[in-house]
Amino acid sequence: MIQLRHVTKRYGSHVAVDAIDLNCPPGKTQVLIGTSGCGKSTLLRMMIALVKPDSGEVFFDGEPLEQKNLAAVRLRIGYMIQEGGLFPHLSAQDNAVIMPRYLGWESDRTDKRLQELLELTQLPSGVLNRYPRQLSGGQRQRVSLMRALMLDPDVLLLDEPLGDLDPMIRAELQQDLRSIFRELRKTVVLVTHDLGEAGYLGDTISLLRAGKIVQQGPFNELLENPVDEFAAKFVQAQRQVFI
Amino acid sequence: MKRTLIICFVLLLLAVFPRGSKLTGLKIGSKKFTESVILGEILTQLVRSSGQRASHLSELGGTTLVFDALRRGEIDLYPEYTGTLIEEIFADSDAINDADLAVLLEQQGVQISQPLGFNNSYALAVRWETAEKYKLDTLSDLALHEDLRLGFSNEFLDRDDGWKNLRIRYGLPHEEVTGLDHDLAYRQLESGFIDVMDVYTTDARLKDLDLVLLKDNLNYFPRYDAVVLFRTDLVERFPAVPALIAQLESQITAEDILQLNAAVESGVVREPQAAADFLREQFSLNIQVVDPSVASQIWQRTLEHCDLVRRSLIPAIFIAVPLGILAARHPSLGQVILGVVGIIQTIPALALLVLLIAPVAYLGLGTLGAGSATAVVALFLYSLLPIVRNTATGLTSISPEYAESATALGLSPLFRLLHIELPLASPSILAGIKTAAILNVGFATLGALVGARGYGQPILTGIRLNDMGLIMQGAIPAACLAILLQILFEVGERWFIPAGLQPLSLRNRDVNFN
Repeated sequence: MIQLRHVTKRYGSHVAVDAIDLNCPPGKTQVLIGTSGCGKSTLLRMMIALVKPDSGEVFFDGEPLEQKNLAAVRLRIGYMIQEGGLFPHLSAQDNAVIMPRYLGWESDRTDKRLQELLELTQLPSGVLNRYPRQLSGGQRQRVSLMRALMLDPDVLLLDEPLGDLDPMIRAELQQDLRSIFRELRKTVVLVTHDLGEAGYLGDTISLLRAGKIVQQGPFNELLENPVDEFAAKFVQAQRQVFI
Repeated sequence: MKRTLIICFVLLLLAVFPRGSKLTGLKIGSKKFTESVILGEILTQLVRSSGQRASHLSELGGTTLVFDALRRGEIDLYPEYTGTLIEEIFADSDAINDADLAVLLEQQGVQISQPLGFNNSYALAVRWETAEKYKLDTLSDLALHEDLRLGFSNEFLDRDDGWKNLRIRYGLPHEEVTGLDHDLAYRQLESGFIDVMDVYTTDARLKDLDLVLLKDNLNYFPRYDAVVLFRTDLVERFPAVPALIAQLESQITAEDILQLNAAVESGVVREPQAAADFLREQFSLNIQVVDPSVASQIWQRTLEHCDLVRRSLIPAIFIAVPLGILAARHPSLGQVILGVVGIIQTIPALALLVLLIAPVAYLGLGTLGAGSATAVVALFLYSLLPIVRNTATGLTSISPEYAESATALGLSPLFRLLHIELPLASPSILAGIKTAAILNVGFATLGALVGARGYGQPILTGIRLNDMGLIMQGAIPAACLAILLQILFEVGERWFIPAGLQPLSLRNRDVNFN
């Protein structure tokens, strides 16, 4: 669904993404994991053209990402960031339905979709007219997810969506996200630094270090056969946290 | 969004709302000193007593402003002095006598009456103590006392028949001269901050303050015979008026005018009553002067002042907000925009007003009275900076996380601007408009200097008549209006700024944060 071919991004002399090739097949969840500054977020942001690679190409559904198809592509992608990125001046509902409003949907259609997503994300409908700052962190993420899913996109890009939540709510949302991913069969790319979360949600896991993919494969493979010392250390460090 | 549209609509309505006062009939002007106002009032009452409608646009400003207003037809007639015409209006020509003057004026579409009877010349005055101490009698005596401090009105400093040539003619050694407002100069002289000032020979305060006039032993000062200037087209538009003006010729003696000036400046009567008293004595006309109540005067000034504010501030909002958006979008262009509006802000108000008179007149806009385009344009220009700056800052300081979310969603730039960026910047934009509005109320008082009236008018008149009460009649309502605007804006902010951006009040604090 999304293909990166040899993409590179530099910030001054710092190479954030170094000639990476990556393929995200349809219906699967691809997790990008690594320590902070490894380039995983930059990689994700390339997929929706928030960052333009200095070299290499990004393909969406077989088409190269260009200025002229950008608007159409973005409508087929749901994007969600840490804290949710909700607009503070709009109520939860107005945030969720901003795209239907932009596209001029009829209100019946919008309402129907809103109800579907309320059920799917399990957001209590009573909080819909609250403003983002009046919502709890978990509620904010659920509203953000509703907004991302509103147009029933082919792809979901999630940048540390649960990064800021306390452990209880985080666990609950992880479960909900997994069932949503399973149910909707979307192509998902998830950025996280939490190996447990990666294993729980991901089909394929790509471990990044200094702008390069160190190891790529299913969770078990990463646990059992780390390819190098760094991968082993990374796995080991996170295991200690689990215990 | 809906609220923004409502507000824009209301503002547009307000901006094009017609002005409260429309003048009808003959328009008589006067300059901003007591004698001119009294003469203007005498003319006005004389015309009215013949059954015609007439309005007195008093205290419009200095000579050039009032003469230009006459030429452009914003006023029909006003009292003037022959010396002023020769030395100031026609300073570039070699007019030397009254016949030359009539010809020159005719070319401008203006007629001149015969002299009204008195000569109000310039003279230099000193306190009697000073005269005694330095043995001053004539202007030549000044040459012996280089240490005397001279304070002259700004007009006198500039005029061809003023200080520059006087100094040459009498060979005076004084280098340092203070430029002052004429009315303030009296107080400076009284308090001993200056020793010598320029005065008019019919000035009432000469008597009050016991000032000594220095003799013009070299006949430097030209004659300043009071006359009436009127537009040539008056003969067709108001055929009876030229004859009425002629009635006043040779009827006002120096003694008469000095008395009238003194009566007004000592606070015994106001100009309309002084004029009525004169007309009763001289022409046996029985004119009842009804002094408008203080409340109705303040109300009138309030209307004029609000008029200046709304006609300058509202267009400024509609221009400055888009400029601010432009500045935020294109940083290099933004530097230029902010630079230009910033420079405008640094031009002193008085200079800006004077600079604008010519271009505004050239555009054919009204320059006088409550409709003063000069003042409105100046206020408009001053209002730009706070709004442009706050709009640009409001937009550029939006957290990148929101800008990025909007981009990632795939919203068009216009939708982003209208539904995301401007609402997020609205607290800042509104604060800019509030600042502009409050500054505007204060600056608008200066509009009276170019005849725009408003709260500045009683302040100017109060300074002229040394009447603190009158000054307060302008200063207090101006302050109140500023406070009122502040309150209105705070109420408006609560209604206009999206609830999600408002400071948490007690009301919505209970909803939340679980």
